[in-house]
Amino acid sequence: MIPPLKGSIRRQLVLQLGAITALLSLAFFLSVQVVAEKAATDTQDNILAASATSIADALYIENGAIKLELPYSALSMLGTISEDRVFYRVLQDDTTLTGYVDLPAPNPPTISRVPSFDTIIYKGEEVRTVAVTRNFSTGKTAKIINIIVGQTRLGLAVTSSAITATATGIGIGFFIVAIALSLWAAQNTLRPINRLALSVTRRGPTDLRPVTTETPAELSPLVTELNSFILRLKSTLTRSEDFIAEAAHHIRTPLATLRTQAEVFYQQMEKPENRKTLRNMIRAVDESSRSAGQLLDYAMVTFKTDQLTTQNIELGHLLEDVCKRLSPAAELKDMQILYSQSRAEVMFKGDSILLQNALRNILENAIKYSPDESDIKVSLETDENNYRLVFIDQGRGFAETDTAKLTKRFSRGPNVSDVIGSGLGLTIVSDVAKAHHGHLTITSNTEGPGACVTLVLPSS
Amino acid sequence: MRYTRTTIFLIFFALLSVSAHAFEREDQTNYPGNPLGKPLNILSTADIAIFEPFILAFQKNHPEISIEYTVASSTEVMRAVFDERVPFDLVISSAMDLQTKLSNDGFAQSYVSTQTEALPDWGKWRNQVFAFTQEPAVMVLSVDAFKDLLVPGTREELITLLRDNPDFFKGKIGTYDVRSSGLGYLFATQDSRNAESFWRLTEVMGRLDTQLYCCSGQMVSDVSSGKLTFAYNVLGSYANSQHADTLGIQVVPLNDFISVMLRTALIPANATNPGNSGLMIDFLSQLSNYPDLTLQTGLHPIDKNAIESQTTVRPIRLGPGLLVFLDAMRRDNFLRSWVSSISQ
Repeated sequence: MIPPLKGSIRRQLVLQLGAITALLSLAFFLSVQVVAEKAATDTQDNILAASATSIADALYIENGAIKLELPYSALSMLGTISEDRVFYRVLQDDTTLTGYVDLPAPNPPTISRVPSFDTIIYKGEEVRTVAVTRNFSTGKTAKIINIIVGQTRLGLAVTSSAITATATGIGIGFFIVAIALSLWAAQNTLRPINRLALSVTRRGPTDLRPVTTETPAELSPLVTELNSFILRLKSTLTRSEDFIAEAAHHIRTPLATLRTQAEVFYQQMEKPENRKTLRNMIRAVDESSRSAGQLLDYAMVTFKTDQLTTQNIELGHLLEDVCKRLSPAAELKDMQILYSQSRAEVMFKGDSILLQNALRNILENAIKYSPDESDIKVSLETDENNYRLVFIDQGRGFAETDTAKLTKRFSRGPNVSDVIGSGLGLTIVSDVAKAHHGHLTITSNTEGPGACVTLVLPSS
Repeated sequence: MRYTRTTIFLIFFALLSVSAHAFEREDQTNYPGNPLGKPLNILSTADIAIFEPFILAFQKNHPEISIEYTVASSTEVMRAVFDERVPFDLVISSAMDLQTKLSNDGFAQSYVSTQTEALPDWGKWRNQVFAFTQEPAVMVLSVDAFKDLLVPGTREELITLLRDNPDFFKGKIGTYDVRSSGLGYLFATQDSRNAESFWRLTEVMGRLDTQLYCCSGQMVSDVSSGKLTFAYNVLGSYANSQHADTLGIQVVPLNDFISVMLRTALIPANATNPGNSGLMIDFLSQLSNYPDLTLQTGLHPIDKNAIESQTTVRPIRLGPGLLVFLDAMRRDNFLRSWVSSISQ
């Protein structure tokens, strides 16, 4: 019956209410028109009948002849309703006694006492006529007298056009008021829906609290269903986070044991080929352990970016701290981290654990993909709008310079297949940058081989 | 094409000149304007002497319009327009009933302007008949004759006065012959409608050998000369009160009721220059702006306040009621009763 609702409910409501209103207004207009025109016609008919009757009553017999003393009121009363032209004719059988001889008489003449009405064209105009009949007996013969009174209908036209104007005015007024009211009603009806929509859209992407907005009865199944959906989603998310953390933890612990064992064996081995094998094994364990660590970090970062715990951090200090922590790992490859300390304090409002994690990942990557005995330059720069934490290495660089692609989960550059990696490092960095309204840029080192990774954070 | 048109025009004029002589003209005057412009042909019941100031004032505003002014009695006016269809541009008449009949029967055309819209409702009918003067029916008496008598204030008092002094008034009363005067008939029928006393007064006057007149002017001059003691139902405008003292006459309104005739103008349906007719109707509708013309002619312009504030002043109502006394049977009846009353 009604097509499925697309587009705006409000528009649909207003359109449908508007259509109903228009229909009602039209019906109102037409009925007023019909009733009023009928009333106007009846008024004219009544006066015409009264006029004809008063003429009939003024007939008298004198010396056997029927005579008429045309009453003044018979015609003057017709002048009271309008300025219309008036015609009359009195016939005795077929001869005109007085009046307008060419005014058409009803054919056959009416015999009933009841006035009969007709609309004719006379002297070029529409004329409403009434005919009444009287019987007179003059001596032996009975005579039929027909009285016809006619009046043009210009006054009626004026009246009916005035009525039409009024009816149109009332109809339009009715329509406007009804449209305004239906707009208001639509607005009112949709307010709970709008409120609900607003309360759902206003919450952050990870706000998984149930919807508590008060809603009308019709909407409560939807809200109940939405809340139960949110609850299921929340538990699913929690489960998967727990699973990742649990899995990473379960992998890391045995790996640590394995590494210790391998370390012990390494100390006992004398043959260089055995030592080399064990060394490779230990490195592989380290990488696996790191990957598991990164998975944990990623789960943590994903969880924390939704609920940042911000505090004031001195970025230079933070950067220096991370460099110091990774210095031993760099020294294993005879590498040096060259940190050029900035002169001024750079205060930034952010989550220190996340930022630390991000910086560590950048630096670990730099160490991992750089050749032995190379340097990593780390610096903190400031410009008008941003703080830039820049890491320049002398490694193989990024064959892929599309940052967006590199920061996808489990995505790695095409030139690193020989090195073990999880593909999560840059994803973590990028997520942390985004959580702080910053971004990550990756370019090639302008002063030789290697890459330049910059974490850009907004200064305000 | 042009040749054919000219021929038709000539034939038309030939026919026109044949028929134009059929109705009886009393007088005719031409007031030239621009000979190349469209003229204005007026057919009127008002004497040239009375109406001329209006024409001259109108031509002051519209000097380009030539005016041909033809005078005829109201019956002849009816014959010219109704029966012979002579194409006049404007018909001015004091016979309100005949003007109403012309409009009712489709011989007039409508005209609307801001000036006509300003007229009171009773001052126009169907936007075709426009009143421009209001002229009361009054009694005019000789100051000399009434020096020892009480001047009557109502018709009842007049009847009493006549009954008490039959010898004094015998043969010295004047009134309209309603059989020949359209205006006299109009006043008499309105009197018969307004007061029961009319027929008694007519009978008393009939017993006193009342003289019958065609026109107000003649009656006024006969009162002035002492031939009549008084004249009943005289057009007030002819007994101009401005000159009443010098003429030895006094204008007496009978205050039980005063019938007021409205002089009206209409544009015939077959008018040749209806544009000029409209200009004249606009001018006549605004006569109250020309007080000097009122002084000059004695014709008072339509005055809404003067009429609506007085209950005894009854302007004869334009409208279908006026057709009643034009009904042939009714007219025969009325005239028969009147003749039998007035000539005893």
